[in-house]
Amino acid sequence: MTKAKKLSLKQNYTMLTKGLDWEPSYQKKEDIFPQLSFEGIKIHNWDNWEDPFRLTIDAYWKYQGEKEKKLYAIIDAFQQNNGQFNVTDARYIQALKIFINAVVGLEYSAWRGFTRLGRELGDASPRIATQMQAIDEMRHATTQTHAISHYNRFFEGMGNAPYQYDHAWYLSIPKSFFDDACSAGPFEFIVAISFAFEYVLTNLVFMPWMSGAAYNGDMSTVSFGFSAQSDEARHMTLGLEVIKFLLEQDPDNVAIVQKWIDKWFWRAYRVLSLVATMMDYMLPKRVMSWDEAWTIYYEENGGALFADLARYGIKPPRNAEVTIKEKGRLSHEMWSIFYANRDVVGFPLWLPSQEEMAWFSEKYPDTFDKYYRPRFEYWQELEDLGTPYTNSTLPQLCQVCQWPCLFTEADDPTEFVHRETEFDGEIFHFCSDGCHQIFEDEPKKYIQAWLPVHQIYMGNCLLPDADPSSPDFNPMAEAIRYMGIKPGVDGGLFKDHSDAKNWEKWTERPANIHQGASTDFVRKTSSQNSK
Amino acid sequence: MPIKSIRPDYRGEYKDGIEHFNGQQLLNICWEKHTMLGWPMCVPVPATLTFGQLIDNVLPGIYAIHPDFEKIDWDKVQWSTSKGPLIPNRNKSLREHELRHKAQIRFRTPELNGHNNGG
Ligand SMILES: [Fe+2]
Ligand SMILES: [Fe+2]
Ligand SMILES: [Zn+2]
Repeated sequence: MTKAKKLSLKQNYTMLTKGLDWEPSYQKKEDIFPQLSFEGIKIHNWDNWEDPFRLTIDAYWKYQGEKEKKLYAIIDAFQQNNGQFNVTDARYIQALKIFINAVVGLEYSAWRGFTRLGRELGDASPRIATQMQAIDEMRHATTQTHAISHYNRFFEGMGNAPYQYDHAWYLSIPKSFFDDACSAGPFEFIVAISFAFEYVLTNLVFMPWMSGAAYNGDMSTVSFGFSAQSDEARHMTLGLEVIKFLLEQDPDNVAIVQKWIDKWFWRAYRVLSLVATMMDYMLPKRVMSWDEAWTIYYEENGGALFADLARYGIKPPRNAEVTIKEKGRLSHEMWSIFYANRDVVGFPLWLPSQEEMAWFSEKYPDTFDKYYRPRFEYWQELEDLGTPYTNSTLPQLCQVCQWPCLFTEADDPTEFVHRETEFDGEIFHFCSDGCHQIFEDEPKKYIQAWLPVHQIYMGNCLLPDADPSSPDFNPMAEAIRYMGIKPGVDGGLFKDHSDAKNWEKWTERPANIHQGASTDFVRKTSSQNSK
Repeated sequence: MPIKSIRPDYRGEYKDGIEHFNGQQLLNICWEKHTMLGWPMCVPVPATLTFGQLIDNVLPGIYAIHPDFEKIDWDKVQWSTSKGPLIPNRNKSLREHELRHKAQIRFRTPELNGHNNGG
């Protein structure tokens, strides 16, 4: 018996894609792929789709399997060595709570979205590419969960991630972002996620999370990051291929793609405010400021990208100049609202130390001392007096991005943005021109937003065991409980939080390296930098 | 284009109609320049609430945390909405001021522009 000759990679890939596909004979193509026309995108020839990776099933399985093996070996070692206590301090762990509660849900939604594309796109090779990306995204959701679940055995606020993602007020921001994409057509989804989010902005997520994790001694998250990074390289390349393919297929596609780039750049930027906050305020050892990251990863790298796309008639995203004007204040505005509302947040909050404020003054010379230092110093006084500043009224929300309307005018950080419109006789508010423009383009989509503040006031945020008629009924505490946040446990002031106290008890190191010890458990000199 | 949808007749369900708010309406309130407060506030109130009641009973619960609040001279406050300046009447209701469900009212306190420049 003669042994069949091994196929070359190219033959293998062709058989997997073209070879497994067929021309339908008794059903119309548009009935089999019903989502391909309503967005107005015109595709004349799917054969022009060039998969930059030509990934085959056996190659994919082999690479991913090897990465998994390495990742889980490191996670095992991390757990056996009590790696959770080797991070800089217990504030770092608070950043992981955003990761587990927000990012894992995004990965899972990405799986949903790409799975649909794996069914709906009009040719076998993009269907295979998106199907493999779907598997990657599911892998990211599971490996992130595994990497972080170890922390959940020691610290609060990480045990209810999928539930919080679907219910917590500030997680409606990332959730609505992906729900918006998943409920759009397949071409809009792929431009939104593969191009605007992954190609243009992934570095901004990876860089601070992964370098930040490495810098703060979190080997478990770092190894997840390395494991995901080669997937991400593939996803980014797909994003660029998609854009070029759509733009080359028909000149009419250009305006549609431009509109999606404008929309999804803005949507993604608003979600990334959480990353800005984490970089500047939650990493005890900081990698770079949000201002620096935005300058490098958006203004410089993005600038080069859009210069390259100019030959197709594509312009840089609308409102990009607003993001540049906002970069000196974004994280400060954001941390202020989290601090002032810390009792309804899933992690405890703290004020920046003297050392951190000195760093802000240096990194944000035009804004920090002028607008934010006086605020934080005043709040520190109040904290020292035992009457910390606390807001107790819910915000006006943006109908599109679902952030509170907390942002200030591009040219004046002392004036709140007011943008409002009417549709069908009802009033809607927005945080920015960017969100307002998105609404005006598709009002019938955004009127159906599930806005947490309004839902609370309607009385819809109650668990079945809540009793509004009981004399000690506390509507806000009940709403928080409904959102998967434990009132009095998950939020509050960091120095009083059980994570901080347990950290000092278990490690004998300060829970906040800049503030020194807050309990008697820390016997060593408190100002010394722990590790 | 009100929506791009696969079904031409699709429209999303509007969730925030006034009928869901148990007889109340939402009012958004912004104290300008006071960025320390973080955001414009959203509260449920009856449409029959008078402007006097708004100032005397509702605003303190929201804004007393800010050190500027007790210094406000209410005769000097400048009110406005998205439609322009508004001269309120203490005895008239929100409805009579045409402040309907989800309307936003803003006020400026010209001599008070935030505590210690911190908003
Ligand atoms: Fe991912
Ligand atoms: Fe990805
Ligand atoms: Zn918005």
